[in-house]
Amino acid sequence: MTTTSGTTPSVRLERVTKRFGDLTAVRELTLDIERGEFFTLLGPSGCGKTTTLRMVAGFEEPSEGQVLLDGTDVSGLPAFKRATNTVFQSYALFPHLNVEENVAFGLRRKGVARKEAARRVSEELERVGLAREAKRKPRQLSGGQQQRVALARALVNLPTVLLLDEPLGALDLKLRKGLQVELKRIQREVGITFVYVTHDQEEALTMSDRIAVMNQGVVEQVDAPEAVYDRPRTTFVAGFIGVSNLMPGVAGPVSAGATELKLDSGVTLSTPGNGYASGERVWAVVRPEKLSVALVEEPAPTGRPSVEGLVESSLYLGTATQMVVRLPDGVTMTVLVPNADETERQRLPGAGARVRLSWATDHMHVVRESQVEEPETTPQEGLSSERA
Amino acid sequence: MAFVRRHRGILPLALLLPGLAWLIIFFALPLYYQGKISLEVGSIFNGFHFNWHFKTYTDAWSAYRTQFLRSFWFAGLSTVLSLLIGYPLAYAIAFRAGKWRNALLLAVILPFFVTYLVRTLAWETILDDSSPLVSFLQTIHVISPHGRVLATTGSVVAGITYNFLPFMILPLYASLERIDDRLLEAGADLYGNRRSVFWKITLPLSMPGVVAGVLLTFIPAAGDFVNATLLGSPNQTMIGNVIQSRYLELNDYPTAAALSFTLMFIILVMVALWAKVAGTDALMGTEASAT
Repeated sequence: MTTTSGTTPSVRLERVTKRFGDLTAVRELTLDIERGEFFTLLGPSGCGKTTTLRMVAGFEEPSEGQVLLDGTDVSGLPAFKRATNTVFQSYALFPHLNVEENVAFGLRRKGVARKEAARRVSEELERVGLAREAKRKPRQLSGGQQQRVALARALVNLPTVLLLDEPLGALDLKLRKGLQVELKRIQREVGITFVYVTHDQEEALTMSDRIAVMNQGVVEQVDAPEAVYDRPRTTFVAGFIGVSNLMPGVAGPVSAGATELKLDSGVTLSTPGNGYASGERVWAVVRPEKLSVALVEEPAPTGRPSVEGLVESSLYLGTATQMVVRLPDGVTMTVLVPNADETERQRLPGAGARVRLSWATDHMHVVRESQVEEPETTPQEGLSSERA
Repeated sequence: MAFVRRHRGILPLALLLPGLAWLIIFFALPLYYQGKISLEVGSIFNGFHFNWHFKTYTDAWSAYRTQFLRSFWFAGLSTVLSLLIGYPLAYAIAFRAGKWRNALLLAVILPFFVTYLVRTLAWETILDDSSPLVSFLQTIHVISPHGRVLATTGSVVAGITYNFLPFMILPLYASLERIDDRLLEAGADLYGNRRSVFWKITLPLSMPGVVAGVLLTFIPAAGDFVNATLLGSPNQTMIGNVIQSRYLELNDYPTAAALSFTLMFIILVMVALWAKVAGTDALMGTEASAT
């Protein structure tokens, strides 16, 4: 799943910038999305993900740069001439048409004969499990059913790219989980490229082949879900995906291929990565579930980096216990200990205890400051190469 | 207050009371008296007495059928013209006006700041035989050298159209403005070009506005007499003029009342038919917002 293969990407964005007046919504975005890929644009609201999607759909024209669909530049091509279809946020179903007519809309406009269109519509409704609701009006359907109609209405046209703008955002959690699985199944079944916009990191991690994490109009990282989670490149990505523990520090001199890292909490670590300028501000990231916790009185584990701190709180979550530990420099660390064994859980240090947090060197990852501050660096160059 | 709190069902009724009283005093009662008068016989000098005289109705109908038909013809024509002029205007204000939207809406309502009668008198001046407009139309041979604009069907219909146009534009605007932009985008996304997006999405969703605008224009237009009086000739007499003269000039109250009831009945039937054709959904405006 690299971006450098020889085949034409389904969607290619080349240095796309979109400005609304003084506001730059998307800044020099370059992306390749492969055929048949489930690609997610992930970021907080206002990060430019929806604007990016709308430029692919043709609802917005880029201020600069190009959008290519299947290798063809579609600049200036209106939405109705593009082979993309969109599942809108809160669906935008036509309220005056019934389910069947909604789904047939695209086919009829494309000039597919009435009979043929009817056949394909009923097939599609069968696929999303709404065959019996064909004659109903959208307002007579539940949220989940409306979502399926929106999906069917787009998919029935067999677009080269299906664009989904927070399609599950309006649904409750349980329904959302079910539809995530279903969306993924349908995507595998039809093999159409999905470009999926969401601000829900968990949703992105579950469904995507690759994720582009966006922040303030810039892509901070494009990677497979595991890579985005385990090896974030920036503080923003580390912070946005899951709970992360960011320990600030300063990169020291490089010796024997390893960089010395001096944390603000007073601990000095060695990290295999290099390429950091001596004196550069960096952060060491360790995920909550990768941390081990022990009382300071116990002997320090050998070969494992560790920091000391004070337990602030301990929270029973059912499957795990979540502890918050404050380090000497004021940074708080979240620790997640699975509740595998009840006696073991009983022995966990409570609030006020002095503890030592340790982790395997492999599980530590060093990140830089978010890239937003320096827009000159072209993000995409470094982004796609790290996957092993 | 304690009473209201103890009898919660009373509150809606209490709130309804002023409006209900208004309706009874100024609508139901006059209606009753008019109904009664329409069945009376007599004259202003000898007095009227009630004796179920239905013949007034049939006599009035056969005497003034022409004016009835003419009224509906003029009102229908004006309604269609208002729709043709008003729809593009309301569409432009709702979708293309941007920051000018409120200014344009104000411009639509602005004529209301001047009395109906004065506005129509202004039209009389504009269309007068000696007006610059008419001589200009004569010079460019739109009308014959001695042709008139005033006192023609055209001038009356134009006057009615002008006077009731805002009643068409405002409901049209309200329903167009309510249409969710994303529905139009969805239409474009599903291969609809501008024309098919308009015919398949915008127009059907603006039907509540069309229905309301047509009713608000047609009903007052059918009963209008000011335009025919000021801009027309005896050949343009509408039923409103007949009712007015029967009442105020000839003091023939039973005939005037019978004509009023006949007009009301015909309009009610037409509204009922229109509602059936246009659908109650459109009338109630339940369809315009996206679900």
